[in-house]
Formats: sequence, C-alpha cells, structure tokens
Amino acid sequence: MPPDAPPPPEDRAASTAQAAPVFVARGVTRTFRSGATEVHALRGIDLELYAGEFVVLLGPSGSGKSTLLNILGGLDVPTSGSVRFRDHDLTSWDDAALTHYRREHVGFVFQFYNLMPTLTARENVAVVTDIARDPMSPEEALRRVGLGDHLDRFPAELSGGEQQRVAIARSIAKRPDVLLCDEPTGALDVKTGITVLEVIERLNRELGTTTVIITHNAVIAAMADRVITLSDGRIASLQCNPARASAASLVW
Amino acid sequence: MTALRQKLLRDLRVLWTQAVAISLVIACGVATFVMSVSVLQSLERRAAQYYEDARLPHVFAHLKRAPVSIARRVAEVPGVAAVETRVVAEVTLDLPGVIEPAVGRLVSIPDRGGPSLSRLHLRQGRWPDPGRRSEVLANEAFAEAHGLVPGDRLRAVMNGRREQLIVVGIALSPEYVYQIRGGDVVPDDRRFGVLWMRDRPLAAAFDLANACNDVVVAVTPGASLPAVRAQIDVLLAPYGGRGAYGREDQVSYRTVANELSQLRAMALLVPVIFLLVAAFILNLVLNRMIATQREQIATLKAFGYRRREIAAHYLQFALLIVLAGAALGTAVGAWLGTGLADLYVRFFRFPDQHYSVGLGVAASALGISLLAGVLSVAMAIRRVVRLAPAEAMRPEAPRPFRGGFLHSHGSVGRLSPLARLTLRQIARHPVRAVLSTLGIALGIAVMVLGSFSADLVDRIMEDHFEATQRFDFSIGFIEPSDVGTLQAVARLPGVLRAEGFRSVAVRLRRGSHARLTSLLGLEADSGLLRPIDVKGDPIPFPTSGLLLSEKLAQLLEVNPGQTVEVEVLEGARPVRALRVAGTVRDFAGQAAYLTRGELNDFLREGAVISGAFALTDPLREAALYAKIKETPRIGGITSTRSLIQSFKRLMSENMLRMRLFNMIFASIIAFGVVYNAARITLSERAWELATLRVIGLSRREVSATLLGEIAALTVLAIPVGALLGNLLARLTVRALETETQHFPLVIDPSTYATAILTVVAATVISSLVVRRRIDRLDLVAVLKSHD
Repeated sequence: MPPDAPPPPEDRAASTAQAAPVFVARGVTRTFRSGATEVHALRGIDLELYAGEFVVLLGPSGSGKSTLLNILGGLDVPTSGSVRFRDHDLTSWDDAALTHYRREHVGFVFQFYNLMPTLTARENVAVVTDIARDPMSPEEALRRVGLGDHLDRFPAELSGGEQQRVAIARSIAKRPDVLLCDEPTGALDVKTGITVLEVIERLNRELGTTTVIITHNAVIAAMADRVITLSDGRIASLQCNPARASAASLVW
Repeated sequence: MTALRQKLLRDLRVLWTQAVAISLVIACGVATFVMSVSVLQSLERRAAQYYEDARLPHVFAHLKRAPVSIARRVAEVPGVAAVETRVVAEVTLDLPGVIEPAVGRLVSIPDRGGPSLSRLHLRQGRWPDPGRRSEVLANEAFAEAHGLVPGDRLRAVMNGRREQLIVVGIALSPEYVYQIRGGDVVPDDRRFGVLWMRDRPLAAAFDLANACNDVVVAVTPGASLPAVRAQIDVLLAPYGGRGAYGREDQVSYRTVANELSQLRAMALLVPVIFLLVAAFILNLVLNRMIATQREQIATLKAFGYRRREIAAHYLQFALLIVLAGAALGTAVGAWLGTGLADLYVRFFRFPDQHYSVGLGVAASALGISLLAGVLSVAMAIRRVVRLAPAEAMRPEAPRPFRGGFLHSHGSVGRLSPLARLTLRQIARHPVRAVLSTLGIALGIAVMVLGSFSADLVDRIMEDHFEATQRFDFSIGFIEPSDVGTLQAVARLPGVLRAEGFRSVAVRLRRGSHARLTSLLGLEADSGLLRPIDVKGDPIPFPTSGLLLSEKLAQLLEVNPGQTVEVEVLEGARPVRALRVAGTVRDFAGQAAYLTRGELNDFLREGAVISGAFALTDPLREAALYAKIKETPRIGGITSTRSLIQSFKRLMSENMLRMRLFNMIFASIIAFGVVYNAARITLSERAWELATLRVIGLSRREVSATLLGEIAALTVLAIPVGALLGNLLARLTVRALETETQHFPLVIDPSTYATAILTVVAATVISSLVVRRRIDRLDLVAVLKSHD
C-alpha cells in the first residue's frame, strides 16, 4: 500500500480496503487528435483507488478529469500507460472485454442524466437490470434514491434532481464495484444538488461501492476520503480528508 | 418485455408518422411486386399446363388443298409425333339482333370424338352430332361477347351459300387463348369468333371432301423444329403450302408469351424503384434518429450493452417498419393481383381461371424488402456500433460551415437573410439535399412511368388507325378478283371511296433469316392505307421496291437499298429478289408493301385485287352491313371503327384504374420523401427556428425558411423527375420490346404535367403537415435543451 493511502474510514468494510487497490493507474496519457493539432488531455497519471473509497476529482474544465474517469470506466483507452482493475489490465482489453467490464462492474452518473426520454423511471432502471447478473429490482433501486412513488413517470415529468436520482438508481441497481459520477450536480441548483450528493454518499456507505465524483465545485471535496486535483492533465495535488463532511452540511 | 424493447416501441410511437410514410412506400413496392409476380406465375403455370394438357401443336401450316392422306406423309417426317389435318375457313356471320356482320373462322374437328391436337375444352353444352351438318361449338370469348348459349342460331355465308348454324356447345382451345384475327392489332370478340364444326359437313361446304387446307403437328421432345418445318414445307409446297410456322408465330401463343415477358419486366422494374426510395428514406430517418440518440447510444454502451445488442435494437426499428410495409404490400398486392387476373381472364381464356398468391411470392417479397431494409440501415448502424461512447457523450460538434459559393457569390448577397438561411441550409447538407431532390424526382418519375403507357397506346392507335389505316372497312373477297370489282364495292351503300389491294402470303428471306408475313400490294396513290415513316409522316410510295416494317427489316438484317428474297406461298409460288426501298413504322412489326401493279407483275397475273379498303358514311352503315351479309363473294369485313371502339372499351377501364394506382403510388413516394426530409430538417433546426421566433420573427417567416428549403428542392426535382421518368419509360419500352413488336417512346406533355402536379400537391400537403408542427414548436423547451 502506498504511503499516502488514507486510513480506512471506520464505517467501511475494512477487510477489502486493506487488500490490493481496486484501480492502479501508471503513467496514463491520453492524446486527442483534432485535425493537425494534438490535444494532450492526460500527461502521465499515477493513481490508486481503494474499495469503498469516496474520491473527488477536482479541477478546472479541460484539466482531464472526464478523460480520466472515462478511462477508469472503460469508455476510453489511454494512449500510453496502464490501468489495472483488480488483477486485470484494462489497456489490454478489446471492445468486447471493456463492454463486459462496464456491464458487470461499473456504474455511471452523467451531468445531463442521460435518461432515455421515452422510458419511464422504472424502465430506465430496467435498461440496466435487464442485462446485469445480480441486480436489485428497479423498484428497490428507485426506493433507495427516494423515488419509490415516481416509478412510472417519464423523465420529462421529473425535476432535474429527480432525473439525476433516477440516473443514480440506474447506475447502482446492478450493484457495481465502482460508481463513476461526472459532474452529477453540474446541472442542478444547490438544494437539489445536495439531495443528490446525499443519495450518493448514503449509497457509498450502505453498499460500499467505490465512488469517484468529478466536480469543479471545491466545496464538494469535503465529502471525500481523498481529493485528487487535476491540472493540465497531471495530478496537481492529492489530499486526504481526516473526516468526511456530510453532504447535508455543504454550502456553496 | 425488456426495457430496450419498450424503448423501441416508444420510439416508433414518437416517429409513427414517418414510420407510416416509409411503410407505405415499401408497401407500394411490395404490392407491385406481389401483384405482377403472382399474376405472372399463375398465368405462366396455367398457360404451360394448358398447352401441355390440351396438346397445343408445335407446327402450324396452311395450304390450298391437299388430300387427307398427306397426314401419313407428314407423320413420317423424323421428329413428328402427331399430325392432324383440318379444314379452316373464314365466313361472314350474321347474328340475330346484330347489325354488323362478324367474321367466323370455322375449324373442323374429326367426325368422331374431339381433335387429338389442340384439344377442345367443353365449357357448356355438348359436342356437335356427327350426323347433323349445322351444329357448331363456339369459342367462349365470342359466345360471351354475343351472349350466345347452346341452342342459339346464327347464319353464315359459307362458300357463297347461306347456311344456318346451331351452337350446341361453348369451348376453349389452346390455339385461341387469345382470340384475335391474324393481322389485327387489337382483339374484337364481337366481330371475330372461332367456331368448330364436324369435318364432313365443313369439308363438303368448301369442296374439300377427303381433303384439308390446314395441318398441325406435334413433335417429339428434342426434335429440331426448323428441320421439321423445312421438311413439312417441302411436302406441302405442291399443295399450296403457305409455309409452316412454329408456336412463336402463332398469334395467340405469341401474344400470351409477349404479355408474360412484359409482365416479367414490370415485375422487376417498378418494385425496385419503390424499394430504392423506401431504402433511401429509411436510411435518412434512421440516420437522423441515431444522430438525435447519440447520447442514448453512448449511455447504453457505458452501461455495458454490447455492440450487437445496440445494433439489433436499431435494426429491429427498421425491420418493424419494413415488416409492416411488406405485410400491407402483400395484402394490397394480392388484392390488386385479383383485379389484374380478372382483367387477364377477359383477354386470355384458360380452362383454369384460378388465381392465388403463392407462399413463395409472399416470402420473396418479404425477403427482398427485408434485404432492402437491412441494406438501407447498414451504414447508419455501423456508425452506431463504431460510436466511441466517451465521444458520443458530448454533443456532436457543429459541422464547419464556410459559406463557400453561397457566401461569396454576389447575387446571394442581395437575397433576404431568410432566403440566405434557406440556401445555406441546403448547401450545408448537400448530400441530403441531393438525395431528397432525387426522392421527389422519383415520385414524378414513377408517375410518368405509370401513365405513359396510355400515351403509348394513344400513339399506337393514332399511328395505326389515323395515320396508316385510314379506311373504315377492309373488305376481303373470297377469291382474288379483277380490279373491275372495285366498281361494285364503290356502289355498296354508303361507300364514299374505295381502293383495291392485293394481298399474298410470302416468306421473306435474307441470309439465314426468314419470316412469314403477308405482302400487301397498294395503289401508288393509296390514301386509305398510308404507310408512315419512323417519324410518323406519310411516306411517298416508291415506284418500285418494297417498303418493310422497320422491325421486320431489323430481323432480316436488311437496309434500304439492299434486296430480300420474296417467296410467294400461293398460286405459282414465284420467287424473286426485291429491293427494299424504305422502312416504315408499324406496331405489329409485320408490314411489307409493294405497289399493286408491281405485285400483280410479280405474280404474273393481270390487274387483280384481293379486297378493298373503303371509306364510308357512318349514317348508312346499317344498309352497308345488310348488303354485305348477302353478298356471297365477300369473305370477311373488318370495321376500323368497331375495332377502335372495342379496344377503347377494353383499355379505358384498365388504364384509368392503373393511372389511379400510379397516382396514389407517386403521391405516397413524394409524400414519404418530403415529409421525412422536412421532419428531419425540423428536428435538426428546431433550435435555430425557435431562436428566430424568440428574436421576433413571425410563424410565417419561420415556416418560410424551412418550407422554402422544401420548395427549392421540389423545384429542382421537377426537371430531374421529368428526365428520370423519360429514362424509366425508355427502359420500359425496351423491356416491353419483343421480337416483332417495337414500341415508340411517347410521353405526352400532359403526362409530365399530371405527374408534376400530383407530386407538387403531395409536397404541399406534407409541407402543411410539417408547418403545423413548426407552429406548435415549444420555444422554451427547445431553447432549454442543451444541444
């Protein structure tokens, strides 16, 4: 275990945390080519993530947060470097293997919810439970995010916060090993944003899911076990919070 | 039901109008396919079965007179399986209650039983009693045209004697599936009919006791038909053989075969056009759907849906639309097929009139449309599969727009900003603009294609009856007569003008090509039968040499200035090489003309005519008919007016119906293309249009920018469509061409106009539908959406 790893929080399943990290990234770079110009989104990232951990990725837009998250989630592959998930090298996998990885292990939450507009809340969750190996029922997932009585509403009939909670229910319904949230509160007002964060925080505690949240809102960092700050494609700082603030206590 | 399946159905519900529009285009294609192929198959099946069962002969030969023992000698020809000798004679018929005379073709049947070749199928009544001389069987088409039933009587002038005939039965013959008199362009069941009579009385009436004037032959499988024909010609030549010919020159067989080959061409061409258009629209819609669902696709991928699962999802969307179209099309096609089959029943008489859509036809219609569906969306789905999820999560980057021609060109600067917006929108999606234009153009083209056949028929009728055959009656004499007889014809009641003609059966030969036809000798200044050149202008009659149908000249590979060998098959059977002076246009592709004088010289006879063309006073027709019926020397009379009438009666209903269907089909195509193109543009430009509304433009102005685009594309599509229609019509005319028939490409300006107006109307209607959507655009919602 690297020396800068945080001490496991008391309320976390300690046994898994002590073991090997869930993710190990080494020298990860990602270059995008846009016409004649090359954009270096990531310029060499070394990183470990541990089971049950709550990590916030901070940084201004263009710092490479989303690229890093996409690579961890198997949506993108690094230009160079390696990413290990448990015993597996993500960078050696082809599309089919990455798809399988996402299907079995990863939950995503996006800034704009990405719900299917033609499906109800329950059906949106079912999109994932239909293909997962051991999912909870869509109803249970929606109850866990406090939407047990909005099961048959269409996205257009839900507020932004409710839509984001449906998206969260959708991502945790398969009981993922890792929950990756890209600006989950970015499109929400403060009060709704906090409700959504409370849900994520509670699910992290209840299910012990490794959770990574991208935000450019530094206030949210207080919720994390660890805060990783990215700047210009590199890790600018890595900070451990001695105690996690509750989402309800956040103010911005 | 899985959530994804649920999404499929909901997506379909959202896009239902577009889905229906596409399904309808597919249905049109499938319907035409199912209709043509099923009718084609059942006709082919019926024809083949009937020819086989009823033993349609393989070789036919007319002759002047031969002893019946000739049958034994013909039977000895290697390859001949069966021979039957007959007496065939044409008579003038007088039907009770019918003023105009009809031509009856009397065909003998053996005195006992039925014929062994060309077996008759008795529909009603009984066989003629061998002991009674006046009993006949009537061909069904003729009997129906006159409402004849067993027991009815008719009078005939047989070989100059008036006889009473009693119809004892109604029959069908494989030789007269299509009842038309050789040389006629259109059938006229009222004025031409086939009757069968026992051999003994018929032969006696025509002084052919123990003799025959017609031989039919069936050959053994694998026999060489040309060799058999050549040997029969040699055997029959001393008896005035007119040349043996095969099924392909037998008028009923040939007409049925031609019709089948034309149906075959149509069975492919039209459905292909519809399915191409449907594939194009489907591609358009699915591409757009995928573009708007980029993020949904990326989300599905992010959650671990496999490529094939996502591909299957979109493929199912396309295939559901295709399936609906194919099912509807098959049903409509079967219904249309019933109608078409009914129509054929009126022309083609088979004992088995049963029509059904085979499972194979329905299955191949389904297969073909599914294939079109898969192909049309394959590219779009490939894009879906290839879509990198991380990239798709971000909205599509705006397409770089540099203005180009539309920006720099001076004249564009003078346009209003809205007009410029419209033009740039077109320039921004050039591929789609081109494809939409092409789609609308195809609507016009289909309409032209579906309607031009009426113009073609009009032209053929015009060529044949107005330009060429300008007489009201063609009167044939029983025996060739002196020109002086013309005076008698001229004195018939109501005859305004009469011109004699000499007609003789000939074989034209050049190199290895030979054709049987009849050579017509005309007065040099003939005004009642006037050959026309390829452009449709009357051709001055050459002082010497042949005028040949262009098609006949092609078949013989002879050009004007070259010679063909003409073998006369009557009388002294002279043979001589004649120079081809020119070519003429005729529908049947059989015409061969010479001046009467030259033909008389060739035949080494005096001034003799076979008959006369007459121009008559329509008001005195009844008197003329009455006189002709009692003139024994007249063997037959053909009335141009009644031919035209009977043809128009047959065609008008058919043509009107086809035109209506084509109008519907073309409108569906135009509607499908325009509506979908407009809906897609609307969905892509909703943000822009809402912005224009917010900054203060009226609904009208905003609609104008979108509808302006449709209008511009429609205007572009008009000339393209007219051109495409012309091209397709040209292709069709080629496809319809048979060995003897050549069709001119004729498209009346009114056909173009109707096509264009129909498609423009469909465009306007679909624009109005889309406009209602623009009016209902939820400005706030559109602007709030993030892309």
